[in-house]
Order: sequence, then structure tokens, then C-alpha cells
Amino acid sequence: MAARKSTKKSNVSAEELTKFYREMLLIRRFEEKAGQLYGMGLIGGFCHLYIGQEAVVVGIEAAAEEGDKRITSYRDHGHMLACGMDPAGVMAELTGRAGGYSAGKGGSMHMFSKEKNFYGGHGIVGAQVPLGTGLAFADKYLGNGRVSFAYFGDGASNQGQVYEAFNMAALWDLPVVFVIENNQYAMGTAQKRSTSTPDIYTRGKAFGIPGEPVDGMDVLAVKAAAQKAVAHCRAGKGPYILEIKTYRYRGHSMSDPAKYRTREEVQKMREERDAIEHVRQLILVGKHATEEDLKAIDKDIKDVVNKAAEFAKESPEPALEELWTDIYADAATA
Amino acid sequence: MPIEILMPALSPTMEEGTLAKWLVKEGDTVTSGDLLAEIETDKATMEFEAVDEGTIGKLLIVEGTEGVKVNTPIAVMLEEGESAEDIAKSGSDEAAEAEDAGSKGGSEEKTAESGTTSDKAPAKAKSKGDAKEEDDIPKPDQTPDWPDGTKMRTQTVREALRDAMAEEMRRDPNVYLMGEEVAEYQGAYKISQGLLDEFGGKRVIDTPITEHGFTGIAVGAAFGGLRPIVEFMTFNFAMQAIDQIVNSAAKTLYMSGGQMGAPMVFRGPNGAAARVGAQHSQDYAAWYAHIPGLKVVQPYSAADAKGLLKTAIRDPNPVIFLENEIMYGKSFDVPVLEDFTVPFGKAKIWREGSDVTIVSWGIGMTYTLEAADRLAEDGIEAEVIDLRTLRPIDYDTVLASVQKTNRCVTVEEGFPVASIGNHLSAVIMTRAFDYLDAPVLNCTGKDVPMPYAANLEKLALLNADEVVEAVHKVTYR
Repeated sequence: MAARKSTKKSNVSAEELTKFYREMLLIRRFEEKAGQLYGMGLIGGFCHLYIGQEAVVVGIEAAAEEGDKRITSYRDHGHMLACGMDPAGVMAELTGRAGGYSAGKGGSMHMFSKEKNFYGGHGIVGAQVPLGTGLAFADKYLGNGRVSFAYFGDGASNQGQVYEAFNMAALWDLPVVFVIENNQYAMGTAQKRSTSTPDIYTRGKAFGIPGEPVDGMDVLAVKAAAQKAVAHCRAGKGPYILEIKTYRYRGHSMSDPAKYRTREEVQKMREERDAIEHVRQLILVGKHATEEDLKAIDKDIKDVVNKAAEFAKESPEPALEELWTDIYADAATA
Repeated sequence: MPIEILMPALSPTMEEGTLAKWLVKEGDTVTSGDLLAEIETDKATMEFEAVDEGTIGKLLIVEGTEGVKVNTPIAVMLEEGESAEDIAKSGSDEAAEAEDAGSKGGSEEKTAESGTTSDKAPAKAKSKGDAKEEDDIPKPDQTPDWPDGTKMRTQTVREALRDAMAEEMRRDPNVYLMGEEVAEYQGAYKISQGLLDEFGGKRVIDTPITEHGFTGIAVGAAFGGLRPIVEFMTFNFAMQAIDQIVNSAAKTLYMSGGQMGAPMVFRGPNGAAARVGAQHSQDYAAWYAHIPGLKVVQPYSAADAKGLLKTAIRDPNPVIFLENEIMYGKSFDVPVLEDFTVPFGKAKIWREGSDVTIVSWGIGMTYTLEAADRLAEDGIEAEVIDLRTLRPIDYDTVLASVQKTNRCVTVEEGFPVASIGNHLSAVIMTRAFDYLDAPVLNCTGKDVPMPYAANLEKLALLNADEVVEAVHKVTYR
């Protein structure tokens, strides 16, 4: 893990630190609740939790502007919360209810929000990378100055289509930030067992795409790197790669017994590098807020998550007629 | 209120498990993420973590217990300020509640519930193309494609396709063309001739040879508000990209609950050309027609190529537009109209007849029309229907014709197993069984990879003789 600690702590305002704390905590508590609802049989199928990786999306989103687009894989709950989607709508999609973002028809892995420029939620490993590059293609074509964030994992970085997208993104100077969330395990396969290069961002060099490694357990480092990448894209200089070294505390999905790594390894990351604890310490040591202030935030978040869970349980299942809707867009209304 | 910790489901199919080992004891303080227990499922031993903070008040299930049902309370956790006595106080109420909750949330019950609900699905909730509709009176729309007296001109299919793209690119600035050799080379088969000159490099884009990648980029561009036309040098190469076509383009509208989709066209030559062997000769009509969310077009004439391609470009859905290299140079009459379009789902009757219905589309029409001419010489009058679009299919025109002729032959170039002809046979059997005087026969390509040798290739391909022979079989003369 590249332990590049943020050096600009003094420039961070109390307000921003508290915002990061709140946003990361929302993701963690939401995911814990999702895990609980899964255990109760209220969420079905596959459910991939983002716990441990919170600083990645929160830091990246801190550099995004109104109208910028984002797209990611199936481990997508954190991305949706970080771009401002309603936790109740996300949770209700997890439970497959009418109140969910996709009216219950997408599920955990396939969720979208046109309003928040969140383009999914994709279940095919790596497919979101050309798609995200295409979002940037549309932005460049339309000349609207927007930037797209295409998130993918260390596992997806071995898919051929990722490099097809790199080539065209560089060839056509597309405004896309490739955010590699390297959590070190492609499902159960450690990076060193699957990936020929220890630093995945270096693969961009072959295409002339600049990139850098980022400490993904430090939200300030992520934000600083994202700002640099976004400025590069917005200046019309083409794509940029951020390889964010992070760690997933939970299994690949809910049914992962995690025999491919030791409990000690997970415990060590949690105790020594936890991103939320890091911000919490910055806040307390810098006297930006008191323990009581943070407790109040914790309580707020707990309420938000509990309300989301209640909504997700109470929202009805989709009407049976919904089986046959949204297969085709109507030519008359398009 | 003490919090009950329930036996979790740790996989999509788990209904019960063994509580192998407690990793906490009564009185321990835990925070979310701490390991509570080891649980054995049918597949693996899993660690179970705490969600809430608190103190373990009571362990309700002893370790080693097998067959613990999902959602059974296994422990009780106390929040700040609560003591073990609180459990006793609310114990009886909660036990009742837990039982209740258990029966509601249990996975067995849930399955049963969804089983009943699907049985109750209202009969109305059926797709338009559903073959099992009760209403069995076909209502074909056979209004003419252009008004009587329209001026016509002769054009090749190639020219018609180019004109369709040019007209639509003039009409909508967000329509653009991308593919291999579409710009400077002017198209591998010269379909995009002149487009680069008129619309410039921003809208007519040469891609690297990277089908999977540029298809994904085009789908993303469609999500982002553009109207891409993707040219595949041949649909044989689109297999590299079929994941993006099916999983990303076709399914996103549904998966997003109608929020966003991919309004775009995938077009290019499909099927066999001449002596190009197994990897360059496949017909993909049945593959794409299988997919809900896609529309599939396979034109025969130049007029249809033009009118259908214009409709395809305007359609808000992903459209597969299957052309044919052999057809590119063929000439047809094309109406001279300001804005000529052909709607999807409307078959064209090329020739009326009362003895047999022959259904085809695309290059299959070449063999079909030749066969119909020869059959007429033998006194057999065939009604020839060109489906034009394979999703949606104009079932009504086919069924109305079969009700008249009582016999049907289908003609297509693709492989025989799970062909479009198989599907049509099933629909006709279901909806017009009593009208049939003979089994529906399917003329298809042979069930072999396309051979290279001239004589073998000829054998593998469909021809008019086979259509004539099939018609003789179903007419018994």
C-alpha cells in the first residue's frame, strides 16, 4: 500500500472534514444495514458491500462539478450515496421494491439515476469502462465541458476492453478519469496472483495516459488527486488514470467465506488504516468538532439509514404489469 | 429496547445453517464490524459480523447447534444503558414478535408467495408480440408504403443506405457514424461514400479495429445523449461486441426502470457473401431477434433499406440493422419523397397468391421471388411476404395469409436450429392450427460451418430449388 499521507491537512476546513466524515459514515452504516437486511432475506441475489473503500468515492466526488457523470461496476452502493442519490431509493432497489431507483427491476448491481448523472451499476466486469469512455465521447461531441468518472477494480483491469477504451480515450482526448479502485482482490484472487504489474496505473503509459497511485484510505489524498485529474480532463488534455489503493473489509459478496486472506490482515487494515477513523482523528485533534458533535452526526446517519431501511421494507413490490414495461422506449415520447 | 440478532442468510439460497462457534460471550461489548460467530452454510464456514453497537446480553443458541433456520433469534444485544433484566421484561412479547417476523421473512414462505402472485398475473399484462393472445383474428396493416403516382427512381441498396444516413444526419446533429474505415476509406463496402466530405471528421469517425471497445463507447455515447450509428465491417465481427449490444444496449432501459436507454443503430453486412469461409459468412438474424430490448431489421429492397434505416435512426431503442454484401449492388425502384420512412412491424406482400404463403426477408427474398415465378409457371400461386423486421414481427400479415392459403414455407439463410422459421412455425401452429392443411416447412442454410470450396459452399447455401421443392411438399402437387 502506497502510504502517501495528505500533507495539506492545514488547508482543510472544519466544514469539509465534517462533510467527509458524514458522507463516509453514511456509506458504512448503509452498507452494514444492507448486510443485515440481506441476512434477513429481504435482499436477494448478489450483494457487494463497499465497506472499507468509502474514502475513494467521497474523495473523487469532492472534485466533481454539477453535470459531471459517473459509472461503475456492481459494487455501486457507495457511488450512488456519494453522488447524492436518496438512500431510501437505493435501499428500496436492494429489496426489489417499487420505490427503488429502478422500480425494483434492476437490483443491487443495476441501478441508475439520470437526475444525478449516475449511469450504473453494471454487472459485467469491465463493461463500464468503454461505456464511461462513451459518456466522455458524448460530452466532448456536445462541447459541454463535462468530465466522466469511470470506476473499475483491479480485477476489471485485466479485461481487454479496458485497454481498447484506453486507446480510444487517448487517441481522441476524451475527458474521462479512469478510477481504478484497487482493493487488492479480484473476488478471491490476490492482485499478485492475477496481475503482471504491481502498479496498474503504469499500464496507461503504453497509451500515453498519465496516471498516479493514490492512498485510498486517505480521503484528502484522494480529493487532491481527483482535482488534478479533473483539471487535466477539463483542460482538454484527454484522459487521466488514478489508481486508488484501497481495501475491502467484507467479502466479495455476501456469500464469500474469505478463505483467501487472513483475519489478521483485515483486522490490521481496520485498526491502522481505516479512512473514517482517520478523518475522525483529524477532526478531534484539530479541534474542528467535539466528540459530542460527532456523536450527533452518528445519530443523524443512523436515523437516515433506519428510515431508508423502513422505506425499503414498506415500499410495495412492483405491480405485476411492470414485468412488461420499459422493454422499449416509445417512439412517440422519445 | 434490546436488539435481537437473527440467524443470517449468508448466500442467495441459504435457508438454515449450523451455529458452529460463538466468537463473543455474554457481557462482551461489540461495535459494528466485530465478529460475532462462525456459521456453517451448505457451502462454507462464514464469519458473522455485528451491525449495531452494544453489549451481548444473552446468547440464545448454543454453539454447535445444527439446522438453525434463517431469521431465528440467536442472541440479544443491549444498547447503552440497558441491562440483562430488560430482556426478561420484554422477553415474552418479543418472542411472539420474533415468531411472527420469522414466518414473514422466511425464505420458504417468500418463494411460495411469489409463486402465487405470478399465477395471479393479469391476462392483460402481455407483450404486443405475444404469440398466445386469445384474440386470434389477424388484423394486417397493408396500406401502401407510398402514395399512388409517387415518382420513382432506380437506386442500388448501397446508395439508398447512404442517402438514409445522410438525410438523418442533416436532420439531427447528434446522429453520427462510427466504425472501421467509414471515413477516409469511404466505407469498406462504400456505404458511407461522401459522408466524410459532407459532415466532417467529428461526425464520421474511423475507429481502430476494436469492436468490443468502440461498441461500448458508442453505447455510452447513446446513454450520454447522442444517436450513434455503429457500422460493423461485418456482423461476424460484432460477436466481439455482443456483450455490449445485449447486456448494455438492450437491457439498460429495463434495468433503469425506464430512466435511460441506448437510442442507436448497429448496422453492416450480415450472412454469407461469396467464398469467404466459415468465420465471415454467418447470418445473425435469429441471435438478435431472440433479445427483448433490441429491434431487428433485415431489408431486402433498396426502398426498404432506405425507409427502414431512417426509421431505425429515429427509433429511441437499439436497432440491429442487418444488410447483405450481395444485395448492396442490386437496383430497385425507390420513391422520390422528401422524407420517406417505413414503419417497423409491417410486412410487405410482394406478390399475392392463394395456394401457399412463403415468408422470407433479406436476401432470402431473392430465392423466394425466383421460386414464386417458377411455381407460377407450374400453376401454383404463391403469396410472398417479406417480413422486413424480425423484432417486431408482423404476425398478423402472416396469419391472415396462412388462413387464406392454409400452407406456409419459411425461407432464411441462417442455421436451422432455433431459426426464425422455427419460431414462425410455432406461432402459426398456435394461432392458426385449424387452418393448416400441411406442416409448415422451414428452408434454411445447412447445419454446417460455411465451407470454402465452391461446390460445397453452393450446397451449404439456400437456393430457389429448395424453396420450390418445399412448396411442392406442402401443396402435395
